[in-house]
Amino acid sequence: MFETYTNLQVYLAIVLAPLIGSVLTGIFGTYMSKRMAHTITISGVALSFLLSLVVFNYHILHEMPDYNQNIYTWLKTENLTFSIGFLIDSLTAMMLVVVSFVSLMVHIYTIGYMADDNGYKRFFSYISLFTFSMFMLVMSNNFMQLFFGWEAVGLVSYLLIGFYYKKESAIFANLKAFLVNRVGDFGFILGIAAVLMYFNSLDYVEVFKQAPQFKDAMIEIMPGEQWSLMTVICILLFIGAMGKSAQAPLHVWLPDSMEGPTPISALIHAATMVTAGIFMVSRMSPLYELSDTALSFIIYVGAFTAFFMGLLGIIQNDIKRVVAYSTLSQLGYMTVALGVSSYSIAVFHLMTHAFFKALLFLAAGSVIIGMHHVQDIRQMGNLKKYMPITYITSLIGTLALIGFPGLSGFFSKDSIIEAVHYSTLPAAEIAYYAVLSGVFITAFYSIRLFILVFHGKERMDEHTKHHLKESPWVVTLPLILLAIPSIAIGWMTIEPMLYGDYFKSAITINSVAHPSLSILSESFHGGLAMITHGLQTLPFWLMVAGVTSAWFLYVIQPELPGKIKAMFLPIYKLLENNYGFDQFNQWFFAAGSRKLGGFLSSIGDALLIDGLVVNGSAKTVAWFASVIRKVQTGYLYHYAFTMLFGLIVLLIYVLN
Amino acid sequence: MFADLPLLSLVIWTPIIGGLLVLVTGSKNAVEAKVLSLLISIVTFFFSLFLYTDFDTTTAKMQFTEFLPWISNFHINYSLGIDGLSMPLILLTTFITILVIIAGWKVITFKAEQYMAAFLILEGLMVGVFAALDAMLFYVFWEAMLIPMFIIIGIWGGPNRVYATIKFFLYTFLGSVLMLISFLYMYWHASQINGVGTFSILDLHQLPLGIMPQILIFISFLLAFAVKVPMWPVHTWLPDAHVEAPTGGSVILAAIMLKLGGYGFVRFSLPITPDASQALDWLVIAMSLIAIVYIGFVALAQTDMKKLVAYSSISHMGFVTLGFFLIWQIQSNTGATAGAGMGLEGAMVQMISHGFISGAMFLSIGVLYDRVHSREISAYGGVINKMPAFTAFAVFFAMANAGLPGTSGFVGEFMVIMAAFKANFWYAFTAAITLIVGAAYSLWMVKRVFYGEVRNDNVASLQDLDGREFFIMTLLAIAVLVLGVWPDPLLEVMHASVDNLMAHIQYSKL
Repeated sequence: MFETYTNLQVYLAIVLAPLIGSVLTGIFGTYMSKRMAHTITISGVALSFLLSLVVFNYHILHEMPDYNQNIYTWLKTENLTFSIGFLIDSLTAMMLVVVSFVSLMVHIYTIGYMADDNGYKRFFSYISLFTFSMFMLVMSNNFMQLFFGWEAVGLVSYLLIGFYYKKESAIFANLKAFLVNRVGDFGFILGIAAVLMYFNSLDYVEVFKQAPQFKDAMIEIMPGEQWSLMTVICILLFIGAMGKSAQAPLHVWLPDSMEGPTPISALIHAATMVTAGIFMVSRMSPLYELSDTALSFIIYVGAFTAFFMGLLGIIQNDIKRVVAYSTLSQLGYMTVALGVSSYSIAVFHLMTHAFFKALLFLAAGSVIIGMHHVQDIRQMGNLKKYMPITYITSLIGTLALIGFPGLSGFFSKDSIIEAVHYSTLPAAEIAYYAVLSGVFITAFYSIRLFILVFHGKERMDEHTKHHLKESPWVVTLPLILLAIPSIAIGWMTIEPMLYGDYFKSAITINSVAHPSLSILSESFHGGLAMITHGLQTLPFWLMVAGVTSAWFLYVIQPELPGKIKAMFLPIYKLLENNYGFDQFNQWFFAAGSRKLGGFLSSIGDALLIDGLVVNGSAKTVAWFASVIRKVQTGYLYHYAFTMLFGLIVLLIYVLN
Repeated sequence: MFADLPLLSLVIWTPIIGGLLVLVTGSKNAVEAKVLSLLISIVTFFFSLFLYTDFDTTTAKMQFTEFLPWISNFHINYSLGIDGLSMPLILLTTFITILVIIAGWKVITFKAEQYMAAFLILEGLMVGVFAALDAMLFYVFWEAMLIPMFIIIGIWGGPNRVYATIKFFLYTFLGSVLMLISFLYMYWHASQINGVGTFSILDLHQLPLGIMPQILIFISFLLAFAVKVPMWPVHTWLPDAHVEAPTGGSVILAAIMLKLGGYGFVRFSLPITPDASQALDWLVIAMSLIAIVYIGFVALAQTDMKKLVAYSSISHMGFVTLGFFLIWQIQSNTGATAGAGMGLEGAMVQMISHGFISGAMFLSIGVLYDRVHSREISAYGGVINKMPAFTAFAVFFAMANAGLPGTSGFVGEFMVIMAAFKANFWYAFTAAITLIVGAAYSLWMVKRVFYGEVRNDNVASLQDLDGREFFIMTLLAIAVLVLGVWPDPLLEVMHASVDNLMAHIQYSKL
């Protein structure tokens, strides 16, 4: 392919194909049939996927050098140049394949899922636009374009969460999602500003080249307090990642984002966009390696999210919310992996998670179609009888998620836990227990969900039961195609990605200070050995314990969960309220800023400035005017021009 | 073929004379008057395009200069010329005026020819302000410009227009009188030093001034320009004026008239009183930061759409004044001035971008007002169900207002935040709060007005955009998008002039 076309043409085609599809269906959608709308957008994304494979083949399998070129100058100011450009290395190549593959699956799936929706074409336009934005994000060669893509995916997420714009809960959720993300972006843009100030460039390569010189640089933010520059930069940038990748306390938008149609929950809120933060930190590894403080901060945030958000998954009854909290928890795992400098493991988990979590969401969507848009798992049960393909693929996804030995999730999650174990940072100690107990929690809520949906008594009403059937092939095909990598991708890629030189220069690790990954690689003797070894380790038995408990509670003794709930009611309430995050935000930030605005408006503007200063003077003038008014006719229009001409004539007359 | 024509005079006087012509001939046939007005505005825009195509980006010298003695005893001249700071603003003016005339096409039925004429005359006068190189000429345009604006608000305005105009007048009058006195002082001062007085702005840039006179002049300029921008705390006339003004008036007010204040800072305050600017930069920075945050929260509390967008304008203009005055703080923080140019250019871009976005926002409100006759947010809800195309535009412009990358709203804010960080972490921190608050008030309004179920019968009977409205929205959307995706051509025009300005700023007059 690259013989007849230049690299740039191929990369541009990857980016532009979905954009063109999106624009065409977005603007001319009203003149198109549904079939035409999905044909155009799917062709675009399919082309991107094929070309992504070509790029992967070229850069990875044929080991061609990285590509780093600017395409056009966004703007120049003083001696600074901000460009739009592409950096294609192993990290980008992998992201391209993952994003385009999941996106293609979701596009196909949408034909079935949205078949009867009025917004069919609009939806296709949005998800293609999302794909374009995500490509721009991962292909960027500089911080500014990263921010472009970063905000653009946020925009599409906003549009898609609010897709059912008549629903009050949906339009509440999309506003919330955008604003919480903006809190993250607030930190992010300050981080970018700091990078620009000290490195005088926003180009990745240039910044990473200079970074080591700034290892000991200090910055004075509070008068008299010297802080490490790299720590400040890394934490500011990470705040952006916390917004996008939904890390506590900026995680609050993700559960609500489930208001959007299920295909986008899979694509945006599980597989791709929410992993942008993980991608970003991995991309910035040369910076993060310079600050143990920032890494420790990341570990704490990730561990907190992994553990506490997992707990919330246990009590959810909405099928999508269980998966959403599971996503939060898994993002926490990735974040912890970043914190212990095992960027490649984080990205590895990002990839395996993208496949099995997209699978789980799409399977949940298939269940929702079958159930006629009932999402409460208490009204499901024994669906395996009616939806065999959904059942089998869900089983695969669930086993991958809980880390069943041999499936993709096992390799990535086990590696994370081991990496945390070997980390020398003090923060990793507590994180180790968090990610360990997370294994039990994950297994528990996943199996609970699986049992309640697919096994046990049929709890749905007669009407729904009567109509229950397997979803059409456009829905099941993506499930099957996603199930394959959910099984095999870990086994296939763990060796090159974690212990080979897959990432080459894309990821930098200071393995003296942060030895986790190098210790891991010494004890790694192939995938099979890892499986057999895995059977003897604590995570495996915790997983078994989780599965068994869920099985016991929801199959053997189904009356027990209710009793336990009654026994620990306060804890249950705490979990049900999401630890109070939402209430606090509503009370403090939402209502608080409205109150503040009202106060400033009525006291500052209306009372002080207008009431005292302006109207006081106005009254004086009005009194004065009332005297003069007697000699006026009130034709403002005539008067005004007389004034103008009078002024000019007078000036000329007097001055000459 | 046009290179030898006095282009600036053409751009100034075509709409003024044309406007008078419309006024004289138009009373018989309103349609004729509208067509004629549209033609005049298009011809004017056409002339102004040559200012761009024939512009020499390599020099900071004034271009397209014209010079005629006017009142020679006092060395007052009809002296015109533009550089990279004023040229984009002139193009903005001629572009927006066309849209305003199209926007008033159907809505204005009462004395339509006077309405159109007022906007044309206003256009010429505003271009005059941007093009004047003589302080007195500047002053005449500056004051004359208020008259058509008064008329526009006074005749086609809302019920409370008298209060609004008095407030508007009071504020503006205070500042401009002091500005006039400053000009007269400098004329006298120049004649003391050089033996001959001058009102030439470029000469005033070179005029040596002691620190005390500089400070007094700076303060009088500050009053004049801060009212126009408007800066906190002299901003309260703007929401009232907007609320009372007809849609076209609001558009011109927000898109162009506010920029006159910003332009005043770069043409007068900074180069004429550099030392006073340095001494008082903290004041302007503080006022700007307060505007950005305080006004952002005030915007959040508004229930009237026009007031909300008016406050949002004030908050956005805070970036303009912040960007202008960063140079000394950057110098004291980093030891060099690198980054100050980015702040200045970012502020200029912010002005142009805000012209498009605020214009679009007010036009959008006008679209709703024309149909429902209410500006209250609570009078709407679920507009998207009836006006999907319009909603698409409105969401886009709201996003641009919230500074989404890829729209013009991002460029200026981004540059100013980057520059502010170099001056002081906390400046950038405070300015960046707009990322959150700006999104909050813009999108919360979108949620309440556009999303949800159809709220009431008024909304239920709404018709989507007609061809005319669609055309205006499309033009603005393209402008916002192009400037956001590729701002470099605009920046390129400014570089030489900004460099020159930087040199002036750093050159002490003491």
